[in-house]
Amino acid sequence: MIRTPLRPLARILDARRRGENPDAIERENLRLRHEELRDHARRRAEGRLLVLGLVFLCAYSVIGARMAHVAATEPAEPRTAQVRAPIVAQRADIVDRQGRILATNLETHSLYAQPPLMVDPVGAAHALAQIFPDLDEKELVEDFTGKRKFLWIKRKLSPEQKQAVHDIGEPGLLFGPREMRLYPNGRLAAHVLGGAGFGREGVHAAEVVGVAGVELEFDDMLRDPAREGAPLTLSLDVSVQAAVEQVLYGGMKMMNAKGASAILMDVHSGELLSIVSLPDFDPNDRPRPPVSGRASDSPLFNRALQGVYELGSTFKIFTVAQALDLNLVSPETVIDTRPPFKVGGHRIGEFENHNYKDISVEEIIVKSSNRGTGKIALMVGKERQQEFLRQLGFFTPVPIEMGEAAGGRPLLPTKWTDLSAVTISYGHGLSTTPLHLAAGYAAIANGGYLVKPTLLRQAGPNYGARVISAEVAAASRQMLRKVVTEGTASFAEVPGYQVAGKTGTADKPIETGGGYYKDKVIATFAAMFPADAPRYVLVLMLDEPVETSGDKPRRSAGWTAVPVAAEVIRRAAPLLGLRPVVEPQVRAGITLSSSR
Amino acid sequence: MRNFLSVLTALAVIGLAFWAYHENYKTQEALATNEALQNDIADARARLAVLRAEWAYLNRPQRLRELAELNFDKLGLLPFAPEQFGSIDQVPYPPLPAVQLFDSTTAVNTTEASQ
Repeated sequence: MIRTPLRPLARILDARRRGENPDAIERENLRLRHEELRDHARRRAEGRLLVLGLVFLCAYSVIGARMAHVAATEPAEPRTAQVRAPIVAQRADIVDRQGRILATNLETHSLYAQPPLMVDPVGAAHALAQIFPDLDEKELVEDFTGKRKFLWIKRKLSPEQKQAVHDIGEPGLLFGPREMRLYPNGRLAAHVLGGAGFGREGVHAAEVVGVAGVELEFDDMLRDPAREGAPLTLSLDVSVQAAVEQVLYGGMKMMNAKGASAILMDVHSGELLSIVSLPDFDPNDRPRPPVSGRASDSPLFNRALQGVYELGSTFKIFTVAQALDLNLVSPETVIDTRPPFKVGGHRIGEFENHNYKDISVEEIIVKSSNRGTGKIALMVGKERQQEFLRQLGFFTPVPIEMGEAAGGRPLLPTKWTDLSAVTISYGHGLSTTPLHLAAGYAAIANGGYLVKPTLLRQAGPNYGARVISAEVAAASRQMLRKVVTEGTASFAEVPGYQVAGKTGTADKPIETGGGYYKDKVIATFAAMFPADAPRYVLVLMLDEPVETSGDKPRRSAGWTAVPVAAEVIRRAAPLLGLRPVVEPQVRAGITLSSSR
Repeated sequence: MRNFLSVLTALAVIGLAFWAYHENYKTQEALATNEALQNDIADARARLAVLRAEWAYLNRPQRLRELAELNFDKLGLLPFAPEQFGSIDQVPYPPLPAVQLFDSTTAVNTTEASQ
C-alpha cells in the first residue's frame, strides 16, 4: 500500500508561498487517511459478519435438515449393536410344570375395509357374507355404500379365510397383521388361564392384553420385553388336569350335579397340580360376563376359588385337631353324644337323626357326629376357635395369584356366639371356598405347617408357620384314614394309595334368606393320600348332586363326591408318579421256575 | 524434494481413501449379512412358534384321548392305572442265544451213511 505523505513538500511550499498554514494541509490529509482506514475497517467487518452469517445459516440448515430427516424417517433398529435382544413375541407363553404349552401366540390377520377404495361394494358384501355366515349382508352393503371411510370386519382370520377373502379380489378389503393368543388345549384349565383380548388397536398391530385369570394377574410380566419371552411356568400339570377334568365331568353328569370343582394340591409346596371348576368355557372364545341372573350360574364363575359354600362336616377335623393340640382330648376320650344337646336355645341334631351314644373322639370323626364336635368346640371355646381358623386362613380370601380369588371372601357370622362356635365346628355358618379347605387340609397332611396355595411352580417345600404339632397332625391323619376304612367315605378306598379324608354334606342356604333347601346340598370330600406320608390333598365338591341308583335319591357326600374323588385319585395318582404300595399281581405267562 | 513430498502425500491420501472406502464397503456388507441373518432368525423363530403351537394343538389331551378311542382295536390304549406299575424282575429279558450243540449220535450216523 502506498501511503500518501501527510505533509507533501510541494503543497506545503505552495501554501507557505501563499501565506497559508501548512498544518491545515497535514490535518486535512490526516483526516482523509482516517476516513480511508475507517472505510476499510468497516468493509472488513461487514465481510466478516456476512461470512459468520453464512456459517450460521449453513449450520442451522444442516441441523434443520437433520431434524426433518429424523422426524420423517421410519425408526430403524441400530444395525451395529453388539448384543441384540432376541426378537420375541409381544406376549410370553404360559407353560405347565413340564413345559407343555398352555397359552401361546399365533400370527394371524385382521380384516378391515376402506369403502372409498372399493370397486364393487355390493358384490364384496355378498361374497363376505358367504365366507362368514355370522356377518349380515345388508349391514355390510349399508356400511360399504354409506359415508364410512374405514371399518373393521373381522379381528382374527384363519389362513383359509384370509385366502378366501383374498380371492374376492376387492381392493377395498385390506388385511392387517395381528398377533392372537391361542390356547391349544381348548377348555383345559380355562378358569386358570382366563383369556386375552385386544387392547389398543391399530391397523398394523394390536396390543394383546389379559382379561382374566393368570393372563390378567401376570399381564405386565408377560408383556415385559426385558424377560425376552421367558415363559411363565405354572404349577399345573396338563395330563393330571385333563384326567381330573374328564373324571370330574363324568362324575358331575352321573351324580346329576349342576356344578363341580376339584383341587389337587401338593401339601409341601402348596403348588396346585390341578384346579377345575365345571361348567367351564373355551378361553379362545371367552363368553361375555352375564348381565342378568346369578353370577355363579355363568361358566365364567370359578367354583374352586370364587364360590363360597358351607362345606359341612369336612370342618370337623379342624375342631378335633385343635382340641388335640390343646391337650383337651385324646383320640380315645369318650364323649356323650346323646340328645338333647341345646346351645343358645337351638337343638343340635345329627345326620338322619342318628344317636351314637358314648363314643370316642376318633369315632366322632369316623361317624361324623355333629353333637360330638359341637361339644369339643365348646371345650375349645369360641375365642380360641376363631384364632385357630384365622391362622388357617379361613377369614380372608386365599392369597393366590389370580384376581378372581378376591371374590372368594369367606362369609363369617356377624357375631361369633357359642351357637356359631358349635355350628362352625361342623362346617355350618362359615362359608369358604374349596381352596380354603384344601389349604387347611394341607396343614394337617404335611405335619402341621401352613402352606400358601400357589399357581406358580416352586422349587421345593414352602412351609409357613406351624399351626399344630406333628403328633396331632399324625393323629388327625389316622382318624381321617379310619373315615375311609370304616366310616362314611368307604368308597374312597383306592387300592395302593391309602386315601384318608372326610366327607361333608351341607344343605344349601336359600339365596333369598330364611333357612336351607331340603333337597339341595353341597357334597364335599376332602382327602389326602397316601395317608402315612401324604403328598397331595384333593378337595372335590359337587353342587346339588343326587344319586338315583337306589330306591330313594341319595345326596350325601359318601354316595356322590366320594366315588368321584376315588376315581380322580385312581387316575391322577399314577400320573403324579405315585407308586401304589401293594405289589401288582405277577403277570400271567412269566414263571420263574426252571425250564426243565 | 518438495515436489516429491507433495506427490508422496497425494499418493498416501489416495491410498488411505481407497483403504477407507474398502473398509466401509466391507462393513456395509457385513451389516447387510447380519441383517439378513437376523431376518432369517426372526423368520425361523416365527416358524418355530407356529410349529410349537401346532404341536401343542395336536397333542391336546382331548384329541389324544379321542385318537386312543378311535384306534382302540389296533393300539388298545387305556388310561394309566395303578396296576401298571411293575418291578424290575417282571421285565422279561431277551432269551439267551441258543448254543449250537454238536450231537454226537447224528454225527456218527451221517458218517456211517456216507461210507
